[in-house]
Amino acid sequence: MGFPDRIERTVQVAHPPQKVWAALTTAEGLSAWFGNEATIDLRPGGAARMRWNEEGFTAEMRVERVEEPTVFGFTWGIYGLPADDPRRTYVEFTLEPAGAGTRLTVVETGFAQLPEDLHRKAYDGNTEGWAKELGELVAYLDAG
Amino acid sequence: MPDDIEAIAEQVFAALADPTRRAILAALASRGPATATDLAVDLPITRQAIAKHLALLAQAGLLTAVPGERRRVRYRLRSAPMQVAQQFLAALARDWDSALGALTDHLDRALKDHPAGLPAGPPNSTPRTGEHHS
Repeated sequence: MGFPDRIERTVQVAHPPQKVWAALTTAEGLSAWFGNEATIDLRPGGAARMRWNEEGFTAEMRVERVEEPTVFGFTWGIYGLPADDPRRTYVEFTLEPAGAGTRLTVVETGFAQLPEDLHRKAYDGNTEGWAKELGELVAYLDAG
Repeated sequence: MPDDIEAIAEQVFAALADPTRRAILAALASRGPATATDLAVDLPITRQAIAKHLALLAQAGLLTAVPGERRRVRYRLRSAPMQVAQQFLAALARDWDSALGALTDHLDRALKDHPAGLPAGPPNSTPRTGEHHS
């Protein structure tokens, strides 16, 4: 219900799509507004990396969609999870001409994803024996 | 037991809302698996109170009981529900509003610095001219 799987924002930018595209997809552009340092191999499957110096944080991205100058998509890890955690969110920028400027939409999805095993193994598995253990705990404490 | 991620996240946040339970989780995170008695030594509360909180944390799936010798049950953290809650927090922390604000600022600055390279249009330094058209 309240769990945000998807974040969507739209902004109206007073600059043509080509210029917005450059800001989104070049190391120079990304490091100017998003992170502090950036590298990007702009092709599907290409690697990109962004570093925030103040936070001491680096994001490893994988470029997924490159349709100049309308769609740019990448996946990246979920902040707070281990670097090798397979769960990632997908970020997609869509650029539409709007007058002399651009209507820019960013959609990030996948926050609520959960691999099967987390539910199955982690939950159901441990729950069974639990009622038993709890009873033992109470018995132990009562005895002590 | 929680059967969807919303319920899991709710359990985690409810568990973390109590300072004693936070202290218990923090103790288990820093020292590793421990019994109720071990925790009572470290924390300024009775073993009975700790046992109550341990039961609740276990119910929420945040702890696993590991049976040991002489019916001594040791508890260890279960990180899976924390990771679910973390995903919830990550969604809140993805600050796209700031990022997009920075992007428009960047584009506006770039336009001012390199006006020659852009197609003709009303320069943003004279915004007043636009107001009369509507």
